[in-house]
Amino acid sequence: MKRLALVVSLALVATAAVSAFAAPPKKAPAVSKVSITLPGDLDFTFKNAPGVDVVQANCLACHSSAYVSTQPILTQAQWTAEVTKMKVAYGAPIADIDAPKIVEYLTTNYGKL
Amino acid sequence: MTDRRTFLASAASSLAALSVPNTARAADSTVTLPFENGRRPVVAYPQKRPMIVLTPRPVQLETPFSVFDKSVFTPNDEFFVRWHLSGVPTSVDGDAHRIFVMGTVGRRLTLSVDDLRHTFEPVEIAAVNQCSGNSRGFFDPRVAGGQWTNGAMGNARWKGVRLRDILDRAGLSAGTKQIRFAGLDTAPFKETPLFVKALDVDIARGDDVIVAYEMNGRPLPLLNGFPARLIVPGWYSTYWMKMLSRIEAIDHVEDNFWMKTAYRIPDTPNNSVAPTDKGYATIPINRMRVRSFVTNIADGAHLVAGPQLVRGIAFDGGSGIAKVDYSLDGGTTWLPTTLGPDYGKYSFRQWSGPFRPRTGIPYKIACRATAVDGATQTSTPTWMPAGYQRNIIETYAVTAG
Repeated sequence: MKRLALVVSLALVATAAVSAFAAPPKKAPAVSKVSITLPGDLDFTFKNAPGVDVVQANCLACHSSAYVSTQPILTQAQWTAEVTKMKVAYGAPIADIDAPKIVEYLTTNYGKL
Repeated sequence: MTDRRTFLASAASSLAALSVPNTARAADSTVTLPFENGRRPVVAYPQKRPMIVLTPRPVQLETPFSVFDKSVFTPNDEFFVRWHLSGVPTSVDGDAHRIFVMGTVGRRLTLSVDDLRHTFEPVEIAAVNQCSGNSRGFFDPRVAGGQWTNGAMGNARWKGVRLRDILDRAGLSAGTKQIRFAGLDTAPFKETPLFVKALDVDIARGDDVIVAYEMNGRPLPLLNGFPARLIVPGWYSTYWMKMLSRIEAIDHVEDNFWMKTAYRIPDTPNNSVAPTDKGYATIPINRMRVRSFVTNIADGAHLVAGPQLVRGIAFDGGSGIAKVDYSLDGGTTWLPTTLGPDYGKYSFRQWSGPFRPRTGIPYKIACRATAVDGATQTSTPTWMPAGYQRNIIETYAVTAG
């Protein structure tokens, strides 16, 4: 069972006393500060297969493996386009030598030729 | 276990800043959506009830579709979540937050949420917020992108101030072409384009575009953009900037990645193309297409025979819903429905019609909304490589017994 923490500091505008367990006040309380803890990548991980190291090193900086594993079965050409988009459009610092390795891993484990 | 309502009530009673751990917990469950690679965990994120996790980082949460049958307004703690960049702020001070109004203006403004609440005329509007890619998982052929079913949408009462009033206080310079917006989220690399969106000035100055600080009478959940977000009724939610921190008037057309490359639709009839088409012009996505759904009966349901209702929701890009028809035979014959209360032209509009299924007969329920502007739905899907704007007539195969 995962527990996700939330801490809310409440500073109320309304000053009327409200007893515990009463209905929420009619006037919305002004929440001054909200802090949450996000649960990271949950249980999502890349498949353990040849090339996973380079994929983890390059892809996980920006997104969880769910961005890959929830896609439909993409072709090698589509995975190539995705890797190119990450590098060119989103500025991911993927080395030229790594890009084909990433495409091969994705095509083998999450795609089709 | 303390539920959220009790938590809020007891927190409110103390009249002092306090820290209380949320007892929300993840449901130990998964759901399998009806397409390839559709298995998803169902998890209660902070300030949220259990929702379908599309991706945990950046966080994207889909509303379970049964939620849309409970109320015409989508609860804040079940409202979908979609962030683009991994730098989602997890701690936001609503008192210290400032919205900077700058650019081609007579005078710059620095506004707190308190300034919004107390120095502008408040307005409240019911409006549907829908992701451009809602229902992308149903595209055929499939396309890359966030694989949502139909739950990347929600309807809320948004309270705030008119963007036009803010712009008028700043005084737009002649020659202002667009207003661009940024929030507090950050990019992982300096080469990553920051999430910035822009609206033409005439759209930005529209009557109903607001900077909202309340959602259904409450502060926004952090993941929905606390403490303030832009509301662009009738338009897809890519423009509804969360954690709004910058409003900038510019004398040109914004050409960053998020406007020039992403969130564009083919400039073709029905914005539709064939998968093999290349070289067509594109335009920024804008107003939502008319849609309708059945909310009380799921596809594949086995019902108890006898009299009952089919009910659902409809909405469009801001002209309002004129009528919703429904069919029990997959669209061969259509019947009128009764529309529910009218919460305004941007809101979900509920509808219902009688249904008396008999044992052993297969039914194919369908619904078709027609907007005030005359637009309606068809049974032929449109297609584009980005997977936006799905609005096909939905059908639901059911039996009874």
